[in-house]
Amino acid sequence: MTAPAPLPDISGYSIAPERHWGRWLAVAVILLLLAALGRAFAVGMIEWRYVGAFLTAPAILTGIANTLVMTVATMALGIALGVTTATMRMSPNPVLRGVAVGYVWLFRGTPVILQLLLWFNLALIFPRLGISGVWTVRTVDVMTPMVAAFLGLGINQGAYTSEVVRAGMLAVDTGQYEAAKAIGMTRLLALRRIVLPQAMRVIIPPLGNEFIGMVKLTSLASVIQYTEILHSAQNIYYANSRVIELLIVAAIWYLAVISVLTPLQMLLERHFARGTAGGR
Amino acid sequence: MTGAADHRNPIVSIVALEKHFGAFRVLHHVSLDVFPGEVVCLIGASGSGKTTLLRCINQLAQQDSGAIWVDGELNGFTIANGRLHRRSEREIARQRLATGMVFQRFNLFPHLTALENIVEGPVEVLRRPRAAAAEEVQALLARVGLADKAGHYPAQLSGGQQQRVAIARALAMHPRVMLFDEPTSALDPELVGEVLAVMKELAASGMTMIVVTHELGFAREVADRVVFMDHGRILEQGPAEEVLLRPREARTQAFLSAVLG
Repeated sequence: MTAPAPLPDISGYSIAPERHWGRWLAVAVILLLLAALGRAFAVGMIEWRYVGAFLTAPAILTGIANTLVMTVATMALGIALGVTTATMRMSPNPVLRGVAVGYVWLFRGTPVILQLLLWFNLALIFPRLGISGVWTVRTVDVMTPMVAAFLGLGINQGAYTSEVVRAGMLAVDTGQYEAAKAIGMTRLLALRRIVLPQAMRVIIPPLGNEFIGMVKLTSLASVIQYTEILHSAQNIYYANSRVIELLIVAAIWYLAVISVLTPLQMLLERHFARGTAGGR
Repeated sequence: MTGAADHRNPIVSIVALEKHFGAFRVLHHVSLDVFPGEVVCLIGASGSGKTTLLRCINQLAQQDSGAIWVDGELNGFTIANGRLHRRSEREIARQRLATGMVFQRFNLFPHLTALENIVEGPVEVLRRPRAAAAEEVQALLARVGLADKAGHYPAQLSGGQQQRVAIARALAMHPRVMLFDEPTSALDPELVGEVLAVMKELAASGMTMIVVTHELGFAREVADRVVFMDHGRILEQGPAEEVLLRPREARTQAFLSAVLG
């Protein structure tokens, strides 16, 4: 038997950097394709000076402001309705559960553009709103494009958000409900103080998704004459026929808004991750 | 302590409790009185109904029939005109304040620090001012040996430390009776001692305690009475020395020799 060869001592060696040839190649190909695409747009039938000129036109700025206002307002309504509905859905009371299930069924079951048109045309069903003989208003005076868009998008959003919130609540361990009850909390107090704050960790990512979706979904309100950014862009190109240029203006604004929202979502996620390995 | 306690009214009185999970009978004709200041240990194999009995006492579980009286009040019902009327959720939440519960898996609120976990009940349920409550909670944390851990989140604490925070959280509500559901079963062996030490101190201070446990050494040392449960029934009970060292029932003997190896 020969003596075993001694194992080499590697304590003095450094680790050689890895060479990612594939990645460099991929980057080169992507840059090449982007350059070709950029050139195509540069020499294509786009008058870029119109894009620059209309990017900050007053009508466009009003449009993007209205888009933002509508997004925040409808998401606020959607979250309020969503949390309420999810809470009702998980109630021991069968009447509340039934109402919650019915609401989600009705508003998830029809296209949101149809709901927008229904709200906007509510006057065709009810010419006057209010309490008969006491106080009424003409529906057309109340149901402006803004109100119709707010109700149509917000109530529809509530149905979707309720399922997001419910999923978050179900993700919280049942031991948490029991511990909350054991210190004398009622169901609603336990939900508010113990379960929802923990559910937020699960709720925020899909809710951020919904929020970003809503920025773009507000463009549907252009069909009921709400002057959000797409509607403003359309109004301008109906007059000057610069269709592509104004659509690019709108696209730039949408991308800008969403670029700002994404890091905000990360901040929120970090806040609600406190107490877990990821946060602190 | 048992002898002296017998003259007083029981603080927990369980009368002919029955409970089924579907076809499975979890509790069968269980009756038990626990007197103020008494430490009662419930022992028995898994599935013998110990934990369910404990959960019925603070109404996390609902019995099918029978009655539980805590501090002179009937759990879950009021009596009027010869009939039982279900209490409201708010009333049941109030009744739960008479008992403090410590869970096997701690169930601390992970999004709150140790201090916030304990302050939550006094502030949100008892509506006490936060500053005053926090002061008292600091004293409670010191009592369970965790004065320096107030700002730590549960994930930053060991199992033994988490369970001691959980005990402090229950004590902060000033319960008449403390319920322990296998408080050391989820702990690493070297952490069991620190939790048992806190429980011993609590027992010595005169707290009424009902403890579901597999720690027979603790039962022998601290319990005034040991209750052996088997298949949903109380098979044998008496002073710790008697039940643990000279069990009368064959099933108790079998259980003890299996546990002690």
